[in-house]
Amino acid sequence: MRTSTRRSRRLGAIAAVAALATGLLAGCSSDPDSGSSDANNGGDAKGKTTLSVGTFGVFGYKQAGLYDEYMKQHPDISIKENVTTRTDVYWPKTLTRLQAGSGTDDIQAIEVGNITEAVQTQADKFVDLGKEVDKSQWLDWKLAQATNKDGKTIALGTDIGPMAICYRKDLFKKAGLETDRTKLAAQWKGDWAKYVDLGKQYMKKAPSGTKFVDSASSVYNAALGGESQRYYDKDGNVIWDKSTGVKKSWNAAMTVATSDMSAKLKQFDPTWDQGFAKGSFATVACPAWMMGYIQEKSGDAGKGKWDVAAAPTAANWGGSFIGVPTAGKHQKEAIALAKWLTAPEQQAKVFAKQASFPSTPAAYDTLKPATATTSYFSDAPITQIFADSAKTIPVQNFGTKDQPIGTAITDVGILQVEQKGKSPSQGWNAAKAEIKDVLGQ
Amino acid sequence: MTSSKQALAHPATSADAAPGSQPGAARGAQGRGTPPPGPDSWRSRLYRWDMKASPYAFIAPFFIFFGAFGLVPLLYTAWYSLHNVQLSGLDHQTWAGLDNYKNLLSSEFFWNALENTFTIGVISTVPQLVMALGIAHLLNYRLRGSTVWRVVMLTPYATSVAAATLVFTLLYSWDGGMINWLLHFVGVDPINWRESDWGGQFAVSSIVIWRWTGYNALIYLAAMQAIPADLYESAALDGAGRWQQFRHVTVPMLRPTILFTVVVSTIGATQVFGEPLLFGGVSGSKGGSAHQYQTLGLYMYDQGWTIGNLGKASAIAWTMFLILLIIAVINLLVTRRLRKSQ
Repeated sequence: MRTSTRRSRRLGAIAAVAALATGLLAGCSSDPDSGSSDANNGGDAKGKTTLSVGTFGVFGYKQAGLYDEYMKQHPDISIKENVTTRTDVYWPKTLTRLQAGSGTDDIQAIEVGNITEAVQTQADKFVDLGKEVDKSQWLDWKLAQATNKDGKTIALGTDIGPMAICYRKDLFKKAGLETDRTKLAAQWKGDWAKYVDLGKQYMKKAPSGTKFVDSASSVYNAALGGESQRYYDKDGNVIWDKSTGVKKSWNAAMTVATSDMSAKLKQFDPTWDQGFAKGSFATVACPAWMMGYIQEKSGDAGKGKWDVAAAPTAANWGGSFIGVPTAGKHQKEAIALAKWLTAPEQQAKVFAKQASFPSTPAAYDTLKPATATTSYFSDAPITQIFADSAKTIPVQNFGTKDQPIGTAITDVGILQVEQKGKSPSQGWNAAKAEIKDVLGQ
Repeated sequence: MTSSKQALAHPATSADAAPGSQPGAARGAQGRGTPPPGPDSWRSRLYRWDMKASPYAFIAPFFIFFGAFGLVPLLYTAWYSLHNVQLSGLDHQTWAGLDNYKNLLSSEFFWNALENTFTIGVISTVPQLVMALGIAHLLNYRLRGSTVWRVVMLTPYATSVAAATLVFTLLYSWDGGMINWLLHFVGVDPINWRESDWGGQFAVSSIVIWRWTGYNALIYLAAMQAIPADLYESAALDGAGRWQQFRHVTVPMLRPTILFTVVVSTIGATQVFGEPLLFGGVSGSKGGSAHQYQTLGLYMYDQGWTIGNLGKASAIAWTMFLILLIIAVINLLVTRRLRKSQ
C-alpha cells in the first residue's frame, strides 16, 4: 500500500512536470512538426534547408497553405514561422537582432508604421530585393515606401489596407437610414465629415444599446489614411502640428468623441472584441484586413447582417512588407521564398483565405474572396470596392517615429476627450506634450 | 602560496621571541627542513589548496552569472545613460553628458510616474499586509481542513500576472464589466475604471493585493506557529481576550517577520510593471491616456522599447536604482531603531 501510494504520488509529480513542459513547448512552437525540423536547422541531416519567417499577428501564409505548397514544390526546403503576436514587442526585438547581426529570421516582416525607420536606419542590414524582382508589379507608393534614397529596396510589399466602411445593415434599418451600399456610399462620398453627420442622424433613432461607431480613434485613423500629408514631410521633417491631414482627421474624430455616437472602445482590446459580439456599434472603418477580424469576433450571429460600402475617401490603413536580413544563413533560398510569397498569384491566395488585400495590381483581376466571407458580408462586391480604393490612394510620406506619434494622438489625445471628458483643446495639448516627449525635445 | 608563507613565518616569530632557544630552533629547522617525500607533499599541498580554493569555486558560478547578467548590463546602462542612443541606431552614440538626467528631472511624465509608483505602492502594500495579518490570525485557529485553506490562499500567487490581469481587466471594463454591474445595484453610475484618474490606480492595486495577500499571510502564519503556546496560555490566565492576545502577544512576536514583508513588498512595489502594462491593454506602456497609472517601470519601458530612446530609458533605470538604494538605507535605519527599542 505504502509503496503504491508513494509511487502514484511520484507518477503524479512526473505527469505534472511533463504537462507543464509540453505546455511550455506548445507555447513556443505552434507547428506540430517543428520539433523534427529544428533538429536539422543547419540543413545537413536530411539535406534540407530550414527557412524561418518572422512575423507578427496573422499573416495568412500558413492559413492559406502557402508554406505547405512551397515545401511540396521544393522538397529540399522546410519552412517554419516565428510569430510574435504584438507588434510593439516584435519590432524592438527585431531591431536589436538586426543590429547585433544574429538571431534574425531568414525572412523578417516589417509593418508599414516601421518601414521608414527600417529604410532609413537599417538599409545596410537587408538584401536589396529590388534587383531580384520586377518592381513594376507593385503599386508605386507601396514600392516607394520600402526603397531608400539610393534606390535600394529593402523589402517587398505584402498586403495593403485599402479602406471601406463595414456597417450593420439591420441596425441601419432600425435607425431608419439608407441600407443600400451604393446609395449609402454616395451619401458620405468625399468627406469624412459627412460620414460623421450621418452618425448624428443614426443616434436620433438608434436601436437601444448601440452607437454609430466603435471609437473616435478608428475614425481618425481611417480619415488620416486618405490624406497625403501625415506627420512628416517629404524631407523627413516633423510637421504633425501643421499638417492639414492631421487637422482634418482630428476634427472628424473630435465630433465623434464629443457627440455620444461612439461606443468608446479601444481597438484591439478584449472589450472591443465583445463589442463586435454584442453588436454594440453599427459601423467600423474597415481596411481589408479587418474583415477577417470582424468575421471571427462577430461570430455566426453577425452573419449576413454586415455589409460593406465604399469609404468617404480612398484611404490606406496598415499593410506590411517582408525583407531578407543580410545576417541570415540561407540568403539565396530566402530571397527565392520572399519573391514567391509576394508574387501576385500568392497574394491572391492570401486574399481568398484571409482577405488581406494584395499590393500587386496584377492580382486584382483574379481576386476571389472566400465564399464564406462574401456571404458573411451580404454578398458585397468587396473585391471591387477595395480595388477601386487601392488604385487611388494618395502617396503618403512616413517618418521614423510615425508609430509612436500616431499612438500619442489616438491613445492619449483622442482617448482623453472621448473617455475622460476633456475638451478637444485639452486633448490636443496632451497629445502635443506626449509627442514632445516622443521626439525627445 | 599562503600556506608556505605561514610555514616560513612561524619559525621567524618564534626565533624572534626566543633567539637561540632550542625549541624555537628545532621548530624552525622542522619548518624550513627538507620537504617530505614527493607524492605525500603533493597530496597534502593539493589538499590544502583544495581547502582554500574550493569554496571560491563553489560560489563562483553565482558571481560569474551576476557579472555577466547583472553587473555588466548595469555598467553598460550607466554608459548608455550618458549618451544619446536610439534603439534603431545602437552603433551611433553621441555623448550627452548629464542631459538625459536633466531632461528626466524636468519631465512632467517622470515626476508623474514617480508619484504613481508611490501611491500605487502605498494603496497596494498597506491593505495587503494588514489583510494578510488578519487572515494568518484566522488560519492559526484550529480549523477543519486547514491545509485546504492554506493552499487556497496561495493559489492567486501561483496564477500568472498575465492571466490574472486579463480577468481583472474584464471585471473592471466600464461597459458590461462585472464590477460596474454590481455597483449598479447600489445605485452607483458606471465608473470608467481604466480612464478615471484614481480608478486605474485602484484597479491596478487590487490586482497586486489579490496576488500577494495570500503569500504574505502564509509567511505570517509560519511565524505565528513558532510563537510558544505558553505565552498565549499565560496571557489567557491573566484574562486577555483573543483580540488582546493578538495585540500584545502575536504582533510583538511577529515584528521581525512584519519588517521582512514590508521590505520585500516595498521593493516589489517600486518595480510594479506587469499589472499596469497589461491592464492598459493596447499601448499599455503609457499607463492610461493621462498616464494615470504609469509607474517608473512602465515609463522606462515606454521610453526604451516603444519610443526607442534608449539613452533616456537608461537614465530612468539608474534613477530607479538610486531610489531603491535610498529605500534600502531607510529600511536599515528603521530596522536599527526597532532593534534598539526592543
